[in-house]
Amino acid sequence: MEFAELIKTPRVDGVVLHRPFLPTVEGTLCLTGHHLILSSRQDNTEELWLLHSNIDSIEKRFVGSLGSIIVKCKDLRVIQLDIPGMEECLNIASSIEALSTLDSVSLMYPFFYRPMFEVIEDGWNSFLPEDAFKDLESMTDEWRLSEVNKDFSVCPSYPPLVAVPKDIDDETLRKVATFRHGGRFPVLSYYHKKNGMVMMRAGQPLTGTNGRRCKEDEKLINATLRPGKRGYIIDTRTINVAQQAKARGGGIESEANYPQWRRIHKAIERSNVLQESLIKLVEACNDQSHNMDRWLSKLEASNWQTHVKEILTTACLAAQCIDREGASVLVHGTEGTDTTLQVTSLAQIILDPSCRTIRGFQGLVEREWLQAGHPFQQRCAQSAYSNSKPRQEAPVFLLFLDCVWQILRQFPCSFEFSESYLVLLFEHAYASQFVCRLFLRQLHKTVSLWSWVNRHQEIERLTNPLFEANSLVIWPSVAPQSLLLWEGVFLRWNRSSKCLDEAYEEMVHIIEYNKELQNKVNSLRRQLAQLETEDPLLQTP
Amino acid sequence: MEFIRLPKVENVKLLDRVSPRRSRVGTLYLTATHTIFVENEAGVRNETWVLHSLVCSLEKQAATSSGYPLLIHCKNFQVLHFAIPREQECQDVHLSLQRLQPVKPSYEELYCFSYKPNVDDEERQNEWDFMNLKADYSRMGLPNAHWKLSPANRNYKVSDTYPADLFVPESATPPVIVGSSKFRSRGRFPTLSYYSKENHAAICRSSQPLSGFSARCLEDEQMLEAILRSNPCSDFMYVVDTRPKLNAIANRAAGKGYENEDNYSNIKFQFIGIENIHVMRNSQQKMLEVCELRSPSMSDFLEGLESSGWLKHIKAVLDAGIFITKAVAEEGVSVLVHCSDGWDRTAQVCSVACVLLDPYYRTLQGLMVLIEKDWISFGHKFSHRCNHLVGDPKEVSPVIDQFLECVWQLMEQFPCAFEFNERFLITIHSHIYSCQYGNFIGNNQRERIQLGVHQRTHSLWSYLWTNRTDYINPLYRPDHSQTQGLLRPSTAPYCFKFWRGLYNRFDQGIHPRQSVEDYLRTIQEETQQLEEQLASHKQVNFKLPLIMSEAAPFDKSPTAWTLSHDLRLANTPQDYTGGFITSSPSQPKAPDSSGLILLPQDLNQTSIFSLSNSSDPESGIADLSCRSPLSEDSTRDPDSDEAVYSAA
Repeated sequence: MEFAELIKTPRVDGVVLHRPFLPTVEGTLCLTGHHLILSSRQDNTEELWLLHSNIDSIEKRFVGSLGSIIVKCKDLRVIQLDIPGMEECLNIASSIEALSTLDSVSLMYPFFYRPMFEVIEDGWNSFLPEDAFKDLESMTDEWRLSEVNKDFSVCPSYPPLVAVPKDIDDETLRKVATFRHGGRFPVLSYYHKKNGMVMMRAGQPLTGTNGRRCKEDEKLINATLRPGKRGYIIDTRTINVAQQAKARGGGIESEANYPQWRRIHKAIERSNVLQESLIKLVEACNDQSHNMDRWLSKLEASNWQTHVKEILTTACLAAQCIDREGASVLVHGTEGTDTTLQVTSLAQIILDPSCRTIRGFQGLVEREWLQAGHPFQQRCAQSAYSNSKPRQEAPVFLLFLDCVWQILRQFPCSFEFSESYLVLLFEHAYASQFVCRLFLRQLHKTVSLWSWVNRHQEIERLTNPLFEANSLVIWPSVAPQSLLLWEGVFLRWNRSSKCLDEAYEEMVHIIEYNKELQNKVNSLRRQLAQLETEDPLLQTP
Repeated sequence: MEFIRLPKVENVKLLDRVSPRRSRVGTLYLTATHTIFVENEAGVRNETWVLHSLVCSLEKQAATSSGYPLLIHCKNFQVLHFAIPREQECQDVHLSLQRLQPVKPSYEELYCFSYKPNVDDEERQNEWDFMNLKADYSRMGLPNAHWKLSPANRNYKVSDTYPADLFVPESATPPVIVGSSKFRSRGRFPTLSYYSKENHAAICRSSQPLSGFSARCLEDEQMLEAILRSNPCSDFMYVVDTRPKLNAIANRAAGKGYENEDNYSNIKFQFIGIENIHVMRNSQQKMLEVCELRSPSMSDFLEGLESSGWLKHIKAVLDAGIFITKAVAEEGVSVLVHCSDGWDRTAQVCSVACVLLDPYYRTLQGLMVLIEKDWISFGHKFSHRCNHLVGDPKEVSPVIDQFLECVWQLMEQFPCAFEFNERFLITIHSHIYSCQYGNFIGNNQRERIQLGVHQRTHSLWSYLWTNRTDYINPLYRPDHSQTQGLLRPSTAPYCFKFWRGLYNRFDQGIHPRQSVEDYLRTIQEETQQLEEQLASHKQVNFKLPLIMSEAAPFDKSPTAWTLSHDLRLANTPQDYTGGFITSSPSQPKAPDSSGLILLPQDLNQTSIFSLSNSSDPESGIADLSCRSPLSEDSTRDPDSDEAVYSAA
C-alpha cells in the first residue's frame, strides 16, 4: 500500500496531548493512512481521531529529547503533541506533513471510507436536477431542462442537466457557451414563484477589448424578460476590475447590446484577498496580548467583516430587484464560480423559505455550489494556518456560511437548522470523510455527506428548536452594528463555550417542557372527548 | 406656558438619520413636558414623544431643500432630525425648546417634581419604603462581631456626601473615624461596601488620602488596621487605587495622593489604571459619533470604535472588578478601594465586584439594591454627571453608563446568570437621565433630603418592581449552576461587544428582527397556563365543561404570536442599493437626482405596509428598546425599523 512508505514510525507510546479547554491525555499515538489517532487505552477516555486532511500546518519544537508537534487544523483548532524521543518526533512530523498534503484525489479518504452507519437515504440521489425541475414545471412552462452538457463538453464545470429558457435550443446554448467565461452560459438559478421573476447566473461575457458581441447570448437572456420589462445584471466586480478584465478577453455586457438590462457593479473581493483576510482574522483571534486596541485594529485590518457586509449587501440587492422591483436578474463575476454563487445562494435564503429548512439548505448547497461547479478542491485545499503560498485557495464557501449565520442571528426563528449545521458544513468543506467537494464524475465510489446528515440522530442535533415556519422574504440588516464576528467558528477554540452551551440547553429545555405539557393536555382532552361520546350523561347540559 | 412660542407646527418632516429618503411628514407639538411628533399618514396614528428632560442638545443647521433642519440629541441616544418648513417657525421651536430645556437652572424645575401619576401619598410612601438598604446589610449578616453601624455621620457632619448610615469595623472609635475622615478628600473615610459572610473578607471604599509627599495620619492608619483586624482569617489587606499611577502621583502635588505602604501595616498597594471622567466623557462622545455615522463602512465603524477607546475602558473597569473579586472570594483578603473622591471609579469597581461575587446582585431586586447602595447612597454625583441641571460641562461623564454596560457584557457571557434582561438595564439607564423619578436627583443623600425627594417625587424602583414581568430573563433559573457562586468572566478583548441595544437603541432597523427572548417568554407564559390547567384538572377531576373550555386556547401554538408580532418587520428591505433603486414601499416619490431608472412600482406593497402598520402599532422588535413606565414618554414608532436603512 502506498501509504506505508510515508509512515516511518506508525506508533509511539507515552505521547501527551494538549487541547484547548480539555484535560491533557497521555496515550499511544498511531498514524494510519488517513488518520492521526491518540488513545489512552483506558475506558471512558475520549480518543483523538484527526484526519490528516484536516491538518493545515505543523510546527516542531524541541526541549532536550522531548519533542512537541503543534498541529494546526483547518477547522482552526490548535493542538499540541508532546512526543518523547527526538527521532520519533521527527518521523511523526514528516509523516504527518506528507500525508496531509497528498495531491492525488483518488488517494483521499472519501475513496477509502466505508460508512459505519446505515445509509438510509443515498445522498447522491437526493438532489437531482430532474427533481428540482419537476418543482419548477409545476410553477411555469417557460423553462426546459437541456442535456446539451451531458458529457461535460460544453461547460466542464456545469452539471449534465441545466435549466434554460424554453425557446432557446441547444445549438444556441453551444454558441453562447463560447461567449461566456469557462463556457458558463446563463442558466436558471432561481425562480421566484410570487411574481415569476428569475435569477440566472453565468460567467463573464468574453467581449474582449474590441467589444465582441454574441446575438445568441442577448437572445438567451432577453428570453427571460416579460414584454416591456427590464432586468438587472449584477456584476460582482467593480467597474474598474470589470473593464480591466477586457484586456484578458473578458468584459461586461454593453448597454448598447443589452438595452433592456441595467448593469450594477458591486465590489466583492475574491481569491488571494480573501485568503489573506482569513489568515489575518485568525491571527487576530489567536493574539494573546489582551490588548483591546490591538484586537480591534487587527479585526478591522483583516477586512473579513467588510467582505461579509459586501457579499450580504449584494445578495440583498439581487433579492430586492427580484421581489421588490419585479425584475429578473443575471448575476456574474469573472468565472461565475465564486462570488456569483455567494450572491445567488444567499439571495435564495432571503427569498425562498424552503432554503431555510435543513433539507432545502442541502438542496441549495448541492445546486448552487456543488453542481454549479465551485472548485472546492482548490479553494479549500489550505486554511488559515498554511505556510505555503496560497494559489487557488480562498474561503469563498466559508464567507457564504458566515453570511448565512448573520441572517440566522437576525432571524433566529426562521431557520430549521441551527448554527451547528453551518459549522459542520465548514468542517466538511475543508476535511471530510464524505464527499461534498470532489468532482461530480468521481462520486459513485464515495459516500455523500447528506447521507450522514439525514439520519435521525444527526438531524436532531442540527435542528433549531426555535424554528417556526416563516413564509416571508426576510430582509437582513447590513449595518456594521448588525454584523457580528462568527464566534462559533473563529473563537471556537479560544474561549470556553460552556456558559453559552448551557444557555442553549436551557432554551431547549423550556421549549421541550412546553411541548410535553401540551401533549399532556391534549391527550387529556382526547380522553375526555372519548368519555363524552361513551357516556352521554357526562355531556354538558 | 410662557416658554412655548409656538405650540404646533404643521408639515414638519422627521428625517431618518441614516436614510433621508425615508422621512415622514407630520405635525410637531410642543407641550410643557414633551415634544411630540404626529405622523400625518391616514389611518396610522404614529407618534413620537420626547421628554424635554432627556434632550441634551439642540442644533440648527443651514437650510436645505426640505426645510430648516433642527436636530434634537437626547441623553438616551435618540437623535431626532426635523426639517421645519419656515425659518420663523424653526426659530420659534428652537427658542421654545431652549427655554424648556436642555438643562434646568434649578432642581425645582425638574420633571420629577411635576410628574404626578394617579397615586396617593400613602402609596407614594410605600414606593420609597420598597427600597431598604438596611435589609441588604442584614442579608450580608451585619451588624456582627466585626462590623457595626456607626452613627458618626448621622447629620452629615463628618462627610456631607456620604450617607447617614455607615458600617465601620467594630474597633473603629469615633475619634478614629473623625481623624481618618480629616485625612481623606471630602471627608470620605474608609467604610464598608460589601461583606462576605462566608470568609469575613470585606470590600471597603473611601476617597484618596491627603498624603501629599509625606503627610501621615495616625487615625487613618488605625482605621485601615481596624479593617484588617475585622477579617480574622487574613494577615494583610489590599489597597486598590483605581487611577492610573501617573494621575495619582500628580495628585500628590495638590496635597492628595495615595497610601504609602511603609506607613500602613500589612497593606498591599495596587494601582489599576481606569481613566478619569474627562477621558470617559470624550470616549463616549467619540463612540456616539461613530454610532451616528450615515451608512458607515465596516472599517469606518471598527476604526471609530477602536479610536474611541470605549471598549478598552469597559475592559479596564471589569478587570478591576475581577481583581477585587479574586481577592475577596479566592484569597479571603479584604480590599479598600478608592480613586480621587471615591464616587466614580470606586463606585464602578465596587459594584462590578459585587455583581461578580454575589448572585443576589444578579437578581432584579439585587441590582436595584446595588445601585441604591454603591451609587445613590454613597454619593455618586448623578445630577452633575448626568447633566440634570445647568452646570459645568466638565462635570458630565457617563460613569454609570459604564457600570450598566459592564453588567450587560457579563450578561452576554453568562446568559443564564441574571434574573433581569437587557431591557431592564436600558430602562434604568433611560430614567437615570429622564428626571421623571426622584431616585437620581441631586448628588448625595443630604441633597435629596433637603429637596424632599421622598415626599415630593416617585420612585423608579417600585415602578420597575411592579412591572417586573417585562424585565425577566427567561433563561434564568435560581437553581442553575450559573446562578451560584461567583462569575469568572473572560476579559479577552474579543469577549467585549459593542452594545447596539443601548447606543443604537432607536435605530430599530439594525436590531435582530426576531427576538429569542420574547419567543421564550411567550412559551413560558403558555407553559404556566398549561401547568395551572393540569393542576386544576387533578383537583377537579373530570369536571368536564371547565376543562373543555380552558383547554381550548391551546390549539394555537406560539406560531400565531410570532407571526403577528415579528414577521411584519422582517418584510422590509434596507437600502442595499446605495440609492440605485428608486421606488421604495414607504416612499413612492420622485426618483433621486442621480438620473437612474424608474421601475414600475408595486402599488400593492404600499397598501400592505400601511395595513400591517396600523394593525399592530406597538409590536415587534421595539421590545428590545425600553418600554417606558408611561406611554407618554415612550416612542411609539411602528415603522421606524424601516426608517433606518443604511445605504449600502
